[in-house]
Amino acid sequence: MTSTTIGDSHAHEGDGHHEHADYLSDGYGLKSWLLTTDHKRIAVLYLISATGFFLLGSIFAALIRLELATPQGDLVQPDMYNRLFTIHGVIMVFLFLIPTIPGVFGNFLIPLMIGAKDLAFPRLNLASWYVYNVGAICVLLAVFQGGLDTGWTFYVPFSSSYSATNVVLAAVGIFIAGFASIMTGLNFMVTIHRLRAPGMTWFRMPLFVWSHYATSIIILLGTPVVAITLLLVGAERLLHLGIFDPAYGGDPILFQHLFWFYSHPAVYIMVLPAMGIQSEIIAAFARKRIFGYKFVAYSSMAIAVLGFLVWGHHMYTSSQSPYAGIVFSLLTMLVAVPSAVKTFNWTATLYRGSVSFDTPMLYAMAFMGLFLVGGMTGVMLGTLGFDVHVHDTYFVVAHFHYVMVGVTVTAFMGGLHYWWPKIFGRMYPEFWAKLSAMLIFAGFNLTFFPQFLLGYLGMPRRYHAYPDEWQVLNVLSSAGASILGFGFILPAFYLTWSLTKGEKAPANPWGATGLEWKAASPPITHNFEGDVVVTHEAYDYEALVRERDAARTTTQSEEKPVV
Amino acid sequence: MSDVAHSPKPNRLAHWYRSYAEQTESVTLGMWLFLVTEVMFFGGLFMAYMLYRGQNADAWAAASHHLDIGLGAFNTAVLIGSSLTVVLAVWAAEKGKQKQLALWLALTIVLGCTFLGVKAIEYEHKYHEHLFPGPEFMFEDTREGVHDFVDPDRARMFFHVYFGMTGLHALHMIIGIGIFLVLLVNTLRGKYTQQWHDPIPIAGLYWHFVDLVWIYLFPLLYLIGRH
Amino acid sequence: MAQHDSHGGAPHIGLPIYFAVFIALMVLTAVTVWVAFQDFGAMNNVIALGIATVKGALVVLFFMHVWHSSPLTKIVLVTAIFFFLILVVFVYADVGTRDLLEIPGRPAHFGESTGP
Repeated sequence: MTSTTIGDSHAHEGDGHHEHADYLSDGYGLKSWLLTTDHKRIAVLYLISATGFFLLGSIFAALIRLELATPQGDLVQPDMYNRLFTIHGVIMVFLFLIPTIPGVFGNFLIPLMIGAKDLAFPRLNLASWYVYNVGAICVLLAVFQGGLDTGWTFYVPFSSSYSATNVVLAAVGIFIAGFASIMTGLNFMVTIHRLRAPGMTWFRMPLFVWSHYATSIIILLGTPVVAITLLLVGAERLLHLGIFDPAYGGDPILFQHLFWFYSHPAVYIMVLPAMGIQSEIIAAFARKRIFGYKFVAYSSMAIAVLGFLVWGHHMYTSSQSPYAGIVFSLLTMLVAVPSAVKTFNWTATLYRGSVSFDTPMLYAMAFMGLFLVGGMTGVMLGTLGFDVHVHDTYFVVAHFHYVMVGVTVTAFMGGLHYWWPKIFGRMYPEFWAKLSAMLIFAGFNLTFFPQFLLGYLGMPRRYHAYPDEWQVLNVLSSAGASILGFGFILPAFYLTWSLTKGEKAPANPWGATGLEWKAASPPITHNFEGDVVVTHEAYDYEALVRERDAARTTTQSEEKPVV
Repeated sequence: MSDVAHSPKPNRLAHWYRSYAEQTESVTLGMWLFLVTEVMFFGGLFMAYMLYRGQNADAWAAASHHLDIGLGAFNTAVLIGSSLTVVLAVWAAEKGKQKQLALWLALTIVLGCTFLGVKAIEYEHKYHEHLFPGPEFMFEDTREGVHDFVDPDRARMFFHVYFGMTGLHALHMIIGIGIFLVLLVNTLRGKYTQQWHDPIPIAGLYWHFVDLVWIYLFPLLYLIGRH
Repeated sequence: MAQHDSHGGAPHIGLPIYFAVFIALMVLTAVTVWVAFQDFGAMNNVIALGIATVKGALVVLFFMHVWHSSPLTKIVLVTAIFFFLILVVFVYADVGTRDLLEIPGRPAHFGESTGP
């Protein structure tokens, strides 16, 4: 896809390290990792944190599903159940879904994909990981000091006046984690604007980079609003600054407006990076340029902008003006369009492609189907009349799990397998990976599809007990959750195993286009030997085939044969 | 790159940038993007202000009457002056005039501290007038002439917003003063040259933003219903 | 690329302009205080905000060098203002239209009580 001119290598810094050492072995010891400014090491640090928080959030999910397996509230008290779903939501949303794909894959890949040596602000990058963990520690302290029972949405006046839990500490933790998110978004934006290699024009960038650019826009514009909102809740609790208190003429709905102004675009922060991964995997495993590249790129930007115009669809039943509700509902229909464009384009890419079903592609296929369900139920929920019936029921819970797990977590898993050889220089075991993917897919659908039915039948969310007639669907859901859980545990084992025992990976095990596959597996600290000059378009598989054929006549190629 | 070849010791060009220009543009863009987040951060409070003032116009006029216009206007002048000293500091840095740079940075700090000092005095007055939000809050309509009855709770909301906004602003001032102190110390150590002095203008951008917020806060908080 | 483009330094904005802007800002501050004590009715608010915006524009354009900045900087600035306005407009779309439906038990105007 690109030609890399091998010029004078800048890699010899001469401090006793092996010249051109890969980034994993370039310096040993805890200090070299905890004080690193290498975007690749920071990505690995994010991977470790994210995995930890995902595990913690899953434990709370397991407890929820355990309680809901029986109609009576017999596992935990109602107060405790309120804490379980709140903490599950807070950890999953703020400590996993928002930071992870940008923090792991964005960090690792953006410089590689644009031919840069690092992000624009490497020390800010390291700081962002520390700030993320400090925020997380505050949240966890709140969790273990009495918990939090406000729901991840912190609605006032409950959170500001009535909740007896440590709202302030949790809010502070989320506030701090939000800073980390802003630092990452800022870093990405400046990097993409300024550090692209010569010849890497905007429309030669991989769609993964476009997605992260759009995500960064959302992060910068939206996160500060939830930050001030949570700060005000804390101020109300600590300093009696009752900005939302009706006793002083305050409006609790203003809280909701300010909260959802961020939290709706936040779901696009969760989804856009995942869509970026999807574009990369589909192109690689159909061995074809993404159909309608420019439309997909523009769609990312459209989602970022339109995503800010629809937040009131979370507030249809809040006593928000019905007229505003109508406007928000119409705009919500509009925001579905660019997502649909992307889905059509990924599908069209498969047509006449040379499709292979390695594990990343299995996840990409799952993504397509699950996004279809999640996205269409989102449109259903955006329809004002329908939402009045199912708001605050399990229909909503099912919808957002279809998009958050079915899209974001699925893409995370797909990306993890796709780029595992690049990040760690090892192949994972394909059999176990495929098995896990299938278990995750089956478990996920069994867990969440019944919840659409439950919601439509009227089961409210955030309740720990329900009438007997809904037990069958709940038991199916809980059974699915155990399969899902098992499906996630397997990769923890085989991926860890592969770090030392997996087959060593070549630079380009998938035969994919993209500058990251030109770098070694794992890459050297400065990413590329010499300067990078880009002369090809993105996903230029025809050129890759020509280069491969030319190379094969002279040297042995260790990469995947072209089908 | 030619920039690197001519660069003075020590080399201030980070190795992942290809030129000084690229580095300067990147950090400047970075600061502007950070200011975007600050606009949205304060924006939430401005939204609350607009909404509640519209609904409680008279109560807020009565509440605002308790603020000291003289001190507020003085502070506005002080902050505008500090923006001037910042701009002169940047100018001095570009000319390589170390002593002037240090002088203007120091003056900026002095003016910033003056602002905070006046704010502290104002807050102290409010405390003694029982206008701090909390159980001791007591409100009186002190306007001359006859006015409709003002609900003290609605008037109190003005003070929630007043303390929230000026408090957040003051916090940003404190951070700004801290940053300028660091810049001053670095200047005295000869860290900035005509070739490289990026931190000065980008800290300047931050300082101007804080001034900008106050330019709106002053009329919105102090100048309501004074006629 | 000229090193000065990014912060539009000495070659673009000279000391005289900085001082002129400073004087203008001080004068406008005095004007806005004076206007506050006059009765222009509803226009008082408009004038206050208008003067604040002019002052702000002077700071942004000249002190922050946006007058001579790259198009990207200008786009970034406009974007921030635009999205803040989105917040304002849509919140008012809600609050401003709540009274339009006469729902029994709902106060006629937002913020009023419905009785004891």
